[in-house]
This record gives sequence, C-alpha cells and structure tokens, in this order.
Amino acid sequence: MATLVNHPDEVKIVSRRFGQGAANIDRYLELDGYKAVQKALELGPDGIIAEMKASNLRGRGGAGFPTGLKWSFVPKESAKPKYVLCNGDESEPGTCKDRLIFEHDPHSVIEGAMIAAIAVGSHAAYIYIRGEYRYLLEIMQKAIADAYAKGFAGKNIFGSGYDLEVYWHGGAGAYEVGEESALMESLEGKRGVPRIRPPFPAVVGLWGGPTVINNAETLASVPHVLLMGGKAYAEVGVERNGGTRLFSLSGHLARPGVYELPLGYSLRKAIYEVGGGVANGRQLKAVVPGGSSTPCLKADEIDIALDFDSTMKAGTMLGSGGIVVLDDQTCIVKFALRTIQFYRHESCGWCIPCREGTDWLQKSLKRFHAGGGVAKDIDNIRYLAENMLGRTFCPLGDAAAMPILGFVKKFREEFEAHLDGRPCPFGQHDAPHALPVLSH
Amino acid sequence: MADATQNVTLTVNGKTITAAKGTLLIEACKQNGIEIPAFCYYPGLSLQGACRMCLVEIEKMPKMQTACTTPVAEGMVVQTETEKVVQARKSTLEILLANHPLDCPVCDAGGECELQDMTYKYGAGESKFIDIKSHRDEQQWSPVIFYDRPRCILCYRCVRVCGEGMDVWALGIQNRGQGSVIAPNQGGKLDCEDCGECIDICPVGALTSSTYRYKTRPWEMTHTGTVCAHCADGCITTVGVRRSDTGSEIVRCDNRDRSGLNDDFLCGKGRFAFDFASSKERVTTPLIKRDGKFVAATWAEAVELVAARFKKAGASLGVIGSNHTTNEENYLLQKFARTVLRTNHIDHHRTADYPSFARAIASSKAQTASLKDVAAASAVLLIGGNPSEEHPFLAWQLRTAVRQHRQKIYVVNAAPIKLKKQAAHFLQVTSGKEGEFAAAFSGDAAALAHLGVDTARFDPFTAALASESSLLVVFGSELRGAGIDKLVATFAPKGAKFLCLGDYANSRGAADMGLFPDLLPGYQKAENSGLALPQMLDAAAAGTFEALWVVGANPAARHADVNAFAKPFLVVQDMFLTETAQHADVFLPASFAYEKAGTVTNTAGDLQRLKKASDVHGVKPDFEIILRIAEKMGADINALVPFRGYTSADAGQSRGPQSGEADRNAVFTEARGLEAKTSPLDPTITLEEIAQTVPGYAVSRLKLLAGEAQPTTLVQIDPAGIASHSELIVPARNGLYASGTLGGYSETLRAMGATHRAAEPVGAD
Ligand SMILES: Cc1cc2nc3c(=O)[nH]c(=O)nc-3n(C[C@H](O)[C@H](O)[C@H](O)COP(=O)(O)O)c2cc1C
Ligand code: SF4
Ligand code: SF4
Ligand code: SF4
Ligand code: SF4
Ligand code: FES
Repeated sequence: MATLVNHPDEVKIVSRRFGQGAANIDRYLELDGYKAVQKALELGPDGIIAEMKASNLRGRGGAGFPTGLKWSFVPKESAKPKYVLCNGDESEPGTCKDRLIFEHDPHSVIEGAMIAAIAVGSHAAYIYIRGEYRYLLEIMQKAIADAYAKGFAGKNIFGSGYDLEVYWHGGAGAYEVGEESALMESLEGKRGVPRIRPPFPAVVGLWGGPTVINNAETLASVPHVLLMGGKAYAEVGVERNGGTRLFSLSGHLARPGVYELPLGYSLRKAIYEVGGGVANGRQLKAVVPGGSSTPCLKADEIDIALDFDSTMKAGTMLGSGGIVVLDDQTCIVKFALRTIQFYRHESCGWCIPCREGTDWLQKSLKRFHAGGGVAKDIDNIRYLAENMLGRTFCPLGDAAAMPILGFVKKFREEFEAHLDGRPCPFGQHDAPHALPVLSH
Repeated sequence: MADATQNVTLTVNGKTITAAKGTLLIEACKQNGIEIPAFCYYPGLSLQGACRMCLVEIEKMPKMQTACTTPVAEGMVVQTETEKVVQARKSTLEILLANHPLDCPVCDAGGECELQDMTYKYGAGESKFIDIKSHRDEQQWSPVIFYDRPRCILCYRCVRVCGEGMDVWALGIQNRGQGSVIAPNQGGKLDCEDCGECIDICPVGALTSSTYRYKTRPWEMTHTGTVCAHCADGCITTVGVRRSDTGSEIVRCDNRDRSGLNDDFLCGKGRFAFDFASSKERVTTPLIKRDGKFVAATWAEAVELVAARFKKAGASLGVIGSNHTTNEENYLLQKFARTVLRTNHIDHHRTADYPSFARAIASSKAQTASLKDVAAASAVLLIGGNPSEEHPFLAWQLRTAVRQHRQKIYVVNAAPIKLKKQAAHFLQVTSGKEGEFAAAFSGDAAALAHLGVDTARFDPFTAALASESSLLVVFGSELRGAGIDKLVATFAPKGAKFLCLGDYANSRGAADMGLFPDLLPGYQKAENSGLALPQMLDAAAAGTFEALWVVGANPAARHADVNAFAKPFLVVQDMFLTETAQHADVFLPASFAYEKAGTVTNTAGDLQRLKKASDVHGVKPDFEIILRIAEKMGADINALVPFRGYTSADAGQSRGPQSGEADRNAVFTEARGLEAKTSPLDPTITLEEIAQTVPGYAVSRLKLLAGEAQPTTLVQIDPAGIASHSELIVPARNGLYASGTLGGYSETLRAMGATHRAAEPVGAD
C-alpha cells in the first residue's frame, strides 16, 4: 500500500477521497458517491457529452485526447453492442497514479465508467486492471460486487429502466496491452497485439462493437465533472486543458509521491516546491516529464507549464504525468540503457522496426555503457531511433525511440565520454562480464 | 472488399489511376504497374500491417501509411518513392538483416528469397551493427516440416495460410518482442495435414521441407509445369528436377508460379509424395520370369516375348488399364486391344460411376462443372464424398469461396465431415442412402424415410436450397446408377451444374477414353461387350484366359484369388513389383506421369497437359511400350497412331526434354512446305484423334498447349445403351496420406501417415 503525500498547492478533486476509506461503498456514498451517475441519467447522452466537452477534460492515459469529443464519435445506432472500457493497465515507468485510485477510490472508476456508458448508450462496462496489480483487482472485485448488491449496477440501475453490467478483467503482464486496441485483443482472450486502425474503437472496438476506452484517471474524473459542472471543472485548469491531474513525482527528489495539481502548473515548481527539490543536495541534470516514453528536458528547460500543449511546444509530452527527476550524478547512457531494456522487454514483436529496433538499441547501448563503444555507435543509436519513429504499427515504437533520441541529441557529450573503453564517468559501470564479445 | 461497380480516382507518383472502390492501395498500385514492396501482405489472407515495408506517403497524413491496409480514396495523392519512403524501406531491411543469419549460401531459399530480392532492390549495402545476432536452434515439427527461427522475419503468412487457408490452425506465435517465434499450437510438434502450404508461402528459408532441404540450389533445377500425379483434382505442379546418375531426380513440387486453377495450392501428397520416383524399389529394367525367378532382360527380348504370346492368345486375352496413364495411352490401349488384339475384355478399376453420370448429363442436357466453376459458385450442394480427405484442392476451393465471397455450402452426408464447419446447412443422412436425397427433395416420402431425417431438419434445409438461384452439385461415389439419374434430373431444370467425384489423377480420363468392356471412348456403346474386371479375373483364375495384360494397375491388391494372376501369361507394365507384378511373366518398367507427355482429365472433366519433367534410365512411357508391342506383332502402326510420314517406331525419341513434345523437326519442315515427319511416339497425334472422335473433347488445342485447363463436356454423347454397373465401383478412400499403390512406395507419405494418424487401408491402383 502506497503512502499518501500532501502539498498545499494541490487541488484535490480526483484524489479527494484518498485516505477516506472510500473503497467501502457506504463511505463512498457519504462522500457524494453515485450522485453523479444519477445526475447523468437525468442529463441523458447529449447532456452528459455537453458537460464533458465544456470540461476540457483530456485523456489521462497519455495522448490527451478530449474525452467529450471521443465519446461523441460513438454512433448512436449500432447493430452490435457498445462497450465502455476502463484502461487500468498502468505500466508506463514513472507512472503510479491509477493504482492509488483503484486502492482508495475504486467506486469513482465504476461510476465514471457507468456515466460513459450512459453517454454512449452502452450496457456493458469492463474495468481492465494490470496483471501485476493483483491486490487492486481484489479491491475492484469487491467494489463491483457491492455496487451490484446495492442495485447500482445490473438491471434497471437506480430504477431508471437502464441496464448496465459492470465487469472486471485482470491483465497478464504486458505493458503493450495498455495500448487500446491491444487491450481489446487481450480482453477477448487473444495475444496482446494491437489492431489495424482505422477502424477506430469508437466504431469497431471490443468484439466488433463501438467502444469507448478511457484511462482509469480519466473515468475517475468524470463524476467530478458532472458534480462540479463542466465549466467549473475546466476553470481549474488552463485553456484547452481542464481540471487537474495526478502527477507521479519520482526519481532523485526529496519528497517523491503522487500529487494532484491543476493543469498548467509550473514544472519547476512541481520539482522544487511540491517534490521538495533534488534529493541529497545535488543538482538537477534532466527531467523526464510524462513517463519514460517522453523525451527528457535538460535542467534549463524546465520553465514550462504542465499541460498538453506547453509540453508539446517544448518538444516533449505530458504523457501519463510521470515526472522522473535525474540528478547530476546520473549516467544518461545507463539511463538510456535502462529505458530501452524496458521497451525491448515490452515490445510485442508484431512489427519489424520496433521488434528489431529495440533489440539493437539495447545491444548497442549495453555494450556501449559497458565500455565497448565505438565512435560510430552514437550515430547508429540515433539512426536506429530515428528510423523507428513514426514507422511502427503502434505508438510503442515511438515510445521507445523518442526518449533515446532525446538522450543522444541532448547529452551527446556523455555518450562521447564513454568512448574508447573509458570508465563510466559516473562510476556506474556494469560488471566487466557484461561486455559482450564483438563479432569483429 | 473491392466494389467493382464504383471507381475512385487517385494520384500515385504524379500518375492518375483509377481503381474499384475499396481496393487496397497496394493492389491498386500493382494493377497500374507501380510496385510497393511487401512481406506480410499476401493477397487473399487477412491484413497484418506488420512488416512496414509498404509504407508510403499520402498527402494530408502526417505519418507514412501502410499501402497494404489503406483502401484507395477519391482524390488521394500518394508518393511511393520519396526519399523518406526509400529510407524507411532501407532501414527496415537493415535491422531485419541485423539479426538474420545471412546463411544464404546454404539456405534452401537462396536465390528464391523475397528477403534477398528486397535487399537487392531496396536494401543497404553495408552493415552498421557489430553486436552478436540472436540465435535459436532449428526445430523439426513434423516428418516434413522444419523451422529455423533466425531466418524467420515474422510475416505471419504461415500462421494465416494454415488457419485461414487450410482451416487447420496448427500454427501460432509464441513469446513476444525479439523472443517471438512461430510455433505449433499443440506442444512442440505439428498435429496438422502436412500440406506444406506454410513452407511454400514463407518468403524466406525459415520453413523448409525434409524433401528439399539442403538437396540443391534452386538454379541447379529445371522446372516443368505439369499435373499432379495423385488425386483427381488435377492441380498444376511445377516439378523441380536435377540431373542425377540415374537420369534425373525430382527434388521439389510446388506451384509458386500460380499457373493453373490451384493457384499456389498443393496438398501434402502433391507437394511431398514424389519420392517414389527415385525409390530403391523402382524397377528400371525389363524382367522375364524364368523358373519362377525374375531375370533382367533387354527391351527387345521382353517385347518380343510379349508379342509372341499375345499373338498366340488371340482374343483369349484380358486387358486391365489404369487410372494413372494418360488419355492418349488409354485411348491407344483400347484401340490396340479392340482393333489389333481383337478383344473386348478391357476394363479398369472404377472409382466413380462416370458412365451413369455421362448418361444422366446427356439425357437431361445438363451442364457439367469445371473446377473453375467451384470457386465462382454462389451455392454448392455437396452430397456424399469427403473433399477435405479425398479432394484436398476442391475442399480448399470451397473454403476459400466461403471466406471470400460467402459461398453457401449445403452438405448432405452420412458423417459430420470436416466441411460441415464451412457449410451453411448440414444434413446428416443414413449411410448408403445419400442417393435418395434428390427423390426426397422432390417430395418422395419413402425416400425421406430412407434418409432417416425428420421433416423438422429436412424442410429448412430444402427450403433454403430451393431458394438458391444458381447451384453447383458435387457428389461422391456413394451416388451411382439411378441415384445419379435422379439427382441430375432433379436439379438440371434449375440450371445446376454437376461434378462427379472419382479418385485418381486420370480416373475420369480412363472412363472417357473407353477403358470399359461395353463402352468405347466417349461412352459409345460397343457392339459386343467383353468381360468386366472381376469376371476377367475369374476367367483368368479358371484358366480360360491365355494372357492377362495389366497396364499401370494393381488388381491383386483388391482380388484375393492369386490364380487370376498366376494362371495366365501375365504381362505387367508398372514402376514397382506390386502385388500384381510379382506374378508377372514379363515385367515392363514404365515411366509415370512426371516422366512423360500427354493429357489427363480431372474429375471435373478439365483436360490438362502433362509435360515431361524428369527422366529415369531404362523405363519407357506406356505409350511407347504399347507401340513397341504392336510393332513386334506386325500391326499397322500408322493405323494406330496416324502420324504423317512413316518412320520406324524406334525413331521416336524416348529420352531427353523434347521427347513426346510437339516434334520440332516437323514444325520446321512443315513451315517450309516440306513433308512433315511426325514421330509415332508423339502422343499429340493421338490427342488430335481424340479431339476428333471423342464427344466433348474438341477443345482448343492452342489454349491447352498454352497451359489452360480445357473443360470437356458430356452433353453431346449418346446416352442410349449406357448401362449402370454400380457393383463394379470400388472407391479408393485414399485420404490425405495415401495414394493407392503408388503412395505406398513414397517413404515421405508413409511417414506423414504414420505421424498424423493410424495407418489407413491403402486402396489399390
Ligand atoms: C504502448 C502503449 C501503452 C499504453 N498504456 C496505457 C496505460 O497503461 N493506461 C492507459 O490509460 N493508457 C495507455 N495507453 C494509451 C491508450 O492507448 C489510450 O490512448 C488511452 O487508454 C485512452 O484513454 P484516455 O483518452 O482516457 O487517455 C498506452 C498507449 C500505448 C501506445
Ligand atoms: S510498435 Fe510494433 S512491435 Fe512494438 S509494440 Fe507496437 S506493434 Fe508491437
Ligand atoms: S503443413 Fe499445412 S496444415 Fe501443417 S502447419 Fe503448415 S500450413 Fe498448417
Ligand atoms: S516462418 Fe516464414 S512465413 Fe512464417 S512468419 Fe516466419 S518468415 Fe513468415
Ligand atoms: S489436391 Fe489432388 S491434385 Fe491437388 S496436389 Fe493434392 S493430390 Fe494433387
Ligand atoms: S506489407 Fe504492409 S505492413 Fe507488411
């Protein structure tokens, strides 16, 4: 169980009930639980979507797609059943916020999914939770059972005549199934490999039916949007970036943890005030602002606002809101290696550029960091990453390539410092046996 | 799905092209001569978007798009050769090759490899990478299939062809990322049909076959397109042959060039069961039995002895023809028997009631179906038979048609055959009563009772069937005699086409060419009937026959009384010392289908050309053997084979690539107004005679020679006097891993059968 942290700059909306025992349905009800879904039943689909659009709520899963707009793509009439899917596969390194929601406020996810279902005319919602989050699955199972017991889910919810089933599903341990179409494959019992798009899930999704898929935090924010009103929610954030989000602050920080900050909050303040600054009195070297797949920012590039558009302008992304801070004693080459090891391990292998690209990036970086680097490696690493970018079957290839490209571009001198068998300047050499035998 | 009724116009590389709405960009480009490289895309199989070789730039799209998954759209502006596109291909190939073993010098696919070709065309000339390649050991999955992961580019074609094409679903993908491998879905071994489609479709040398691997380099083979020697579907196969010390050795059969109706399909038999040709048991010299033992003889000695004994026998001679020999050989055999030997005792092993079929078709003026019609049919009624086992290509066609254009199949069978899965409607009936379906369909209550079906099941089936506007009726050997008449009479008025299923490569040809005691070529009634096969054998056993001549058949496998073969003077033309041949007084070693020229007719009546692909020292085609016997008997060769300008029978070339082909010298001399001299050993002369005398065989010679299957018809024949002899039909029931006597001499086929199922009874011939 994670320890909760607090900071005065926080605006607690989606984390409002954290630490309040809201996993218990009665407690959840005391804390305004299941009021929003009843409001949703009154508003009806068009009313809900209007509020959602007004809220400027953008997807918290990484891509930041406007949620209201996404829901409006679902056709009103459909021969096949429509579905709502909660993406709780949270696996992006540096991101650990959905787990807190599942632990402290599982009903908010259920309620958000129900509202989404009512908005698009779906009668079945699935909550997919990352395989490794087994303990959270148990909490979710109980929450769903309690919701059924109270008649909130199932047939004729709240006496409205509307039927809505809520199901849970546990993953089997793959980052890639966080990708929306791979998640649908996984949920259907197949290999976790993405699908060809178009068609997009809103038209052809789970079992071929129109499907809304949202991140757990996105859905957990939905009841608050309805309770506060879309406009009020939007005003908490900045232009086109409504509300707050949970930022996972980690790395070399004095006070790491998950903090809820309004969108548009300063990255510098997030690091130095909310996170307590770099730990052990060291200096900041770089920040990964939105989960391991986002290109890093150097110490002098952190005067930006934490919203989707500002980060984009700064050449990176807000992603999943995982802010990873690296101090001046961090070896960027080793960090790059650790990053690519993750993506190589998680590549589903479906397409050539990602499958082979991550493999060769890992091989090169491993040898390189172990002291076996040759000058052309640096350009080769860059070449590999550049040639993955924008060419893979799903965005995982980009997610693997972007950070590496950022490291090579911004910290080339650190790569050069490793050349010619010189020891790692940060003393973070791997054991000599890690040095592979070269093929020539 | 492409919609041919609507066209869209788009621009590719500045050129305006049009394509049917819904066409994939890659196909639209191909139709207009613009090549887009592809590994994972394979026409007819599901889309993958996995290899990323087909990325192109499309205006207004920020990222490059895969041409294999993008349908054309009105006004689309596409660039397929920009610097960006070219670089993407190059780098994809570069990293693909990085882990690739590059063992091209010893790889089976070397020289025929899409990865090589692609690298040659689009790839990088240098290798950037110096780290160690990933390796996994090679695996053997079945008696014929090997997998070498390092060579695999994970295009998933094999997985799809096995699942979507074969409906076997034996292959899958295991692990993920760089650890991904193709693997059998059930344990480490394949429980499948061993069709080899996966090997064939593999763009690289990752899947290889036990029959071909490490045997040759592709450029050391000569390739000849001919017709499969096994079942009656008549798949076109390209036989790859290398020279060897015994003539030549067949090392591969496939249909990569997609000639013929079967496109790239071959079943396991067609693909792998050719090794009998170079079996150690093959006999390549004439044998004469002296004191109960076979002694090697020259052709002259053997033929002289046979001629003398045939002369002595006169009409006291029985002739048993073959389901495997060519139309020309069968025609010549019966002509020789009837006109020179003056015997009507001629027959063959009948696997289907073709005479009744011919009578029914001609009486109703109905249409026969070509195999080409199967793919196009909107609805098929399949009564009896088990195509998945006995007509693998037909089954493939039916599955493909269901998948690609929702063909409706109505299955009437005593067993839940495998095609039940694809069937729109299935009706299980009492075994042996399949022939009564048509009567029951027409309202005959007694017939319905015999079928053992209640109206609750029967009525919806027939109601749906009756609503079909066009129908193709396929039936197995369960239907005979009056059953066929009733079937054809019932459905012919609705414009149905009919297909009768027999068992061997030229079973239909044997029937069409008159290997019957009572029917001449084209099912014309013979003036006097001879004895049918069982009666002939009884007569031989009783000692009333002086001689018995068995050409490419093995009746002893189905006939218990050895006296039938021991008593008469027995002459056998075959490849092996079969159960029958062991009793022979003279054994004449014959070539088989891939070693000769001629034509064969598949069970649907499609006439196709056999081309000589390989050669074995010592053996001769049956056509030549018959003529040699005829010549020694002093027969008028020119009357048997009306070649122009007499040369001796010896003058024909029985070896070398030109043998049996159109005589080049004749073409040359005729073109110059000189006297043409064709060889009597040229079966095309007999084909000419067949075209002129056998009803339904007057097909386009030009198209036939160009390799196009020519549908023959039965409708012009005279139905009068064609008797049913249902009792004479003995289906071979070969299944996937048997091919009569011949199949028994294929080690590969035996190994496949032993692995995949308990040995089946091997039908003869
Ligand atoms: C490789 C990969 C992994 C992803 N993992 C997650 C994840 O764990 N959770 C998540 O919500 N979205 C993940 N996404 C994003 C989803 O595809 C999808 O955009 C998101 O669930 C949509 O929800 P939202 O609009 O609420 O953000 C991932 C995307 C990719 C390409
Ligand atoms: S980019 Fe390709 S290999 Fe990588 S995870 Fe996506 S589909 Fe799989
Ligand atoms: S041999 Fe045929 S049935 Fe067997 S795995 Fe290959 S494609 Fe499938
Ligand atoms: S074995 Fe061949 S066909 Fe199958 S995935 Fe590998 S390369 Fe493709
Ligand atoms: S289906 Fe018949 S003709 Fe075709 S390859 Fe197989 S055995 Fe030969
Ligand atoms: S051919 Fe288009 S991705 Fe493979």
